[in-house]
Amino acid sequence: MNELWADMGPQLWPAFSVTLKLTFYSAIGALIWGTLLAGMRVSPVPVMRGFAEVYVNIVRNTPLTLIVLFCSIGLYQNLGLALAPDNENFIENNNFWLAVLAFVLYTATFVCETLRSGFNTVPLGQAEAARSLGLTFPQVFGLIVLPQAIRSVIGPLGSVLIALTKNTTIASVIGVAEASLLMKEEIETFSDQIVAVFAIIAIGFMIITLTEGFVFGYLAKRLAVKR
Amino acid sequence: MSSDATVLYDAPGPKGRMRNRIIAVVFIAIVVAVVAYVLVVLAGNDQLTGEKWDPFIKSTTWTTYVLPGLWGTLKAAALSIVLALLLGAVLGIGRLSDHAWVRALSGLFVEVFRAIPVLILMIFAYYLFADYAIFPSSQLAFAAVVTGLTLYNGSVIAEILRSGINSLPKGQTEASKSLGLSKSQMMRVILLPQAVTAMLPALVSQMVIALKDSALGFAIGYVEVVRSGIQSASYYGNYLPALVVVAIVMILINFGLSSLATYLEGRLRRGRRKTAVADPEEADLAAMENMPTFGGK
Repeated sequence: MNELWADMGPQLWPAFSVTLKLTFYSAIGALIWGTLLAGMRVSPVPVMRGFAEVYVNIVRNTPLTLIVLFCSIGLYQNLGLALAPDNENFIENNNFWLAVLAFVLYTATFVCETLRSGFNTVPLGQAEAARSLGLTFPQVFGLIVLPQAIRSVIGPLGSVLIALTKNTTIASVIGVAEASLLMKEEIETFSDQIVAVFAIIAIGFMIITLTEGFVFGYLAKRLAVKR
Repeated sequence: MSSDATVLYDAPGPKGRMRNRIIAVVFIAIVVAVVAYVLVVLAGNDQLTGEKWDPFIKSTTWTTYVLPGLWGTLKAAALSIVLALLLGAVLGIGRLSDHAWVRALSGLFVEVFRAIPVLILMIFAYYLFADYAIFPSSQLAFAAVVTGLTLYNGSVIAEILRSGINSLPKGQTEASKSLGLSKSQMMRVILLPQAVTAMLPALVSQMVIALKDSALGFAIGYVEVVRSGIQSASYYGNYLPALVVVAIVMILINFGLSSLATYLEGRLRRGRRKTAVADPEEADLAAMENMPTFGGK
């Protein structure tokens, strides 16, 4: 056990920091792209509504493993999409950002659906009042409906973020050195202490996901629109 | 109200229609440009040649690679959903138990296995089974995938079941108690059937998640549809076409299941409204649903 800890302890933070970084960048990207998709889905332009609907239905129903592989094999190896500066760490960095891209593309569909369910919690009168003031669609959407909708779906958005955190383990299939890859390596070295390795990694994830759940639960209560 | 107006925007006048048309044209142009760029680059890399795609017309590609992989995916997802239902029923009822320690234990189990990534569970199960030789090595990856999916989905189903039972009217419990039913009879005869019906759409959606998550088995060498696609690709040297074909297969299956879930939900909702039409509050809700919504259409 001491030997295991001596080997694994110093590597824990680097591995989990990659997990956290993947989560952080993907969450920001997914929030932006998901909000744009939600906006398109309720926009006055039929083509945009159709595009967003088709996109959400296709991407949501694809296994994330496949999307990650697609970003690596399709976008990088075939389309030559490089997302990192060309230096000695290129492969490592590029794989990291390709994984982030995959998580953004995938998680945005869930952000979009969550926001859409939030729109329905905004009283109709709010939008009607905004229209009667002469606001245009971008104004009604961005100033009136979206801010209220976001406040009412903070809890569900927290669940999306927790799912994203757990999904970042899939980045290991294109070699991003996050927590699940560390676990695999440690198990192979210390094959007689599988349970201990699992427990350490599991506790790491529980610290992250339970904290996220707690923070978002608190925010949801604090920021909910009182009606 | 006309179909191109919702509460979010007024029915567009001549100017608005013109503006929307311009936006639509620009948007289509951008999408077409991106698609065209992708196709040109792919053609430049010889990805669109016939020989890259031909393997998927040959039946041997399907019988050797894609179909066995698909079978692996379906097998793992179906078995783990059945097991997860059993586990979920035990845990869900456990969380509603009268004994505090049963509640605490099921609660702890559910919270732990919902907080850990499924892939971590699979890797753990894989090495554990390998080390203690619990399963023959040919079944190792399959057993690990099913174990991971069962533990995770079982915990989620336990939560769905608990909220399903909690959402039932209190009168159901009170009436069955006053009839003198025992606790297990009340659960079995009165509460569970109603809760399971209400849960049905959520359960079908959970199947989609299990199907998608079985692709995590890729990381531990389980031959599901993504890995079999990659295997065929390394034989024919056509990675991109293989991924596209696998994606289409999975999207069709999952889209079918998602549509089934939506259909079931709609049916259940309609059924409920029919029985409660006399209720003024329900009638109000029914009227509300005919009003324009933010969803458009």
